[in-house]
Amino acid sequence: MESFLPIVGLSLGVSLASSALAAALGIPLAALLALTRFPGRGVLVVLVNALLGLPPVVVGLVLYLTLSRAGPLGSLGWLFTPLAMVLAQAILATPIIAALAHRALEACWRDYGRTMQAAGASRLRALPHLLRMARRPIATALLAGFGRTVSEVGAVLVVGGNIAGFTRTMTTAIALETSKGNLELAVALGIVLVGISVMISATVLVLTGARR
Amino acid sequence: MKFLLALFLALASLPASAATIVLASTTSVDNAGLLSRILPGFTAKTGIEVRVLAQGTGQALATAARGDADLVLVHDPEAEAEFIAAGHGARRVEIAWNDFVIVGPAADPAHIAGTKDVTAAFRAIAASATPFVSRGDKSGTDALEKRIWRETTIQPAGQPWYREIGGGMGAALNMAAATDAVTLTDRGTWLAFGNRRSLVELLRGDPRLINRYRVIELNPARHKSAKLAEAHILAEWLASPEGQAAIAAVTIAGETLFNPGVREIH
Repeated sequence: MESFLPIVGLSLGVSLASSALAAALGIPLAALLALTRFPGRGVLVVLVNALLGLPPVVVGLVLYLTLSRAGPLGSLGWLFTPLAMVLAQAILATPIIAALAHRALEACWRDYGRTMQAAGASRLRALPHLLRMARRPIATALLAGFGRTVSEVGAVLVVGGNIAGFTRTMTTAIALETSKGNLELAVALGIVLVGISVMISATVLVLTGARR
Repeated sequence: MKFLLALFLALASLPASAATIVLASTTSVDNAGLLSRILPGFTAKTGIEVRVLAQGTGQALATAARGDADLVLVHDPEAEAEFIAAGHGARRVEIAWNDFVIVGPAADPAHIAGTKDVTAAFRAIAASATPFVSRGDKSGTDALEKRIWRETTIQPAGQPWYREIGGGMGAALNMAAATDAVTLTDRGTWLAFGNRRSLVELLRGDPRLINRYRVIELNPARHKSAKLAEAHILAEWLASPEGQAAIAAVTIAGETLFNPGVREIH
């Protein structure tokens, strides 16, 4: 087994980048769904919630076919690179962040929206205040998105290829070591992965003051 | 946000490295540790970095057929012939060989330990209804297993003792170890496997169990975007005296994993 730190580093890098990408897409989408009314909004809400259960291996397969040389985006050369893994995980995490943040913002808007509007704030101006008020449930939404990405194995295996030193993450390394019968090593890697996940969750919760 | 953008761009710039090729390889040569032990020497000498995709033979050939690999290293003569007939492959060179073995619980319920006839052993397994784990994943090992069953004229699929798992060699060995079942495995994966429990080698030495590994260079007319020049350098190196010596030097617990042996297949 090759050195351990690059695997941890790649896992964290890919998960953080994909969570950030998912947040950049999911939170604006959540705000749009919570604060505005437009035709097709109801359908979009149902769709976002339905995609919570998006099977990673299906996302991996569809992205694989898209990024493959024989596929529409093949010329980019992204297949079997960390970038493909970031895209796959962002697709998986975006509905989670959007759906949970939508509920949080919707509740805040219902409770304080009229007051804010009466005070002369537009929806756009009210948004930063709402985000601050809803920071704890939104932190939970981001952690749920991060949790999905850091623990995921099906999609990153298909689009990343589990290449040693390049696209091997904690989860694909655990799967590989299990398949080689190195169960002790697989369990050790699993403990490290859980430890990292707990540390990140704790940090975010402390920062947002949501310890209770 | 700027930090995240920088992170994203850093990830995006990773694939740009020039002399990097993707080798779609059967899992056995990778899991047994062959490639991770010989490729650093190749990279040091040529500057070409090799990214290894460890897949079953069927999947490795499919990956290359879609244009997503630059070279393949596989071990299923029938699937390889189809791949070449379909116009995907050009040159095919055998670079190493070892053998398949039947492994199973030391109690040996089918009484095949020490025998040398693989079809007779498969018949004994069926007759005694000894649990048998099949890869069922179109890998080279799976293809060989299915050919042997065809020779016995037994139809194992659907039998309660026959378990087709659709997984890699390691998964099959893990299941065999956990359920006291018999399975067919390549020697490399078996030697490197760390969770044997009561599994022991039961049968070896039938000439039908010789396991030949070949590299296939892709057809330049069909795979224009593949890095064929660098792939050719790797294929040549694997067959060179230096590459062959590197292959022969890889051992686990004193046993040679893969025997060198170069033969061009026409």
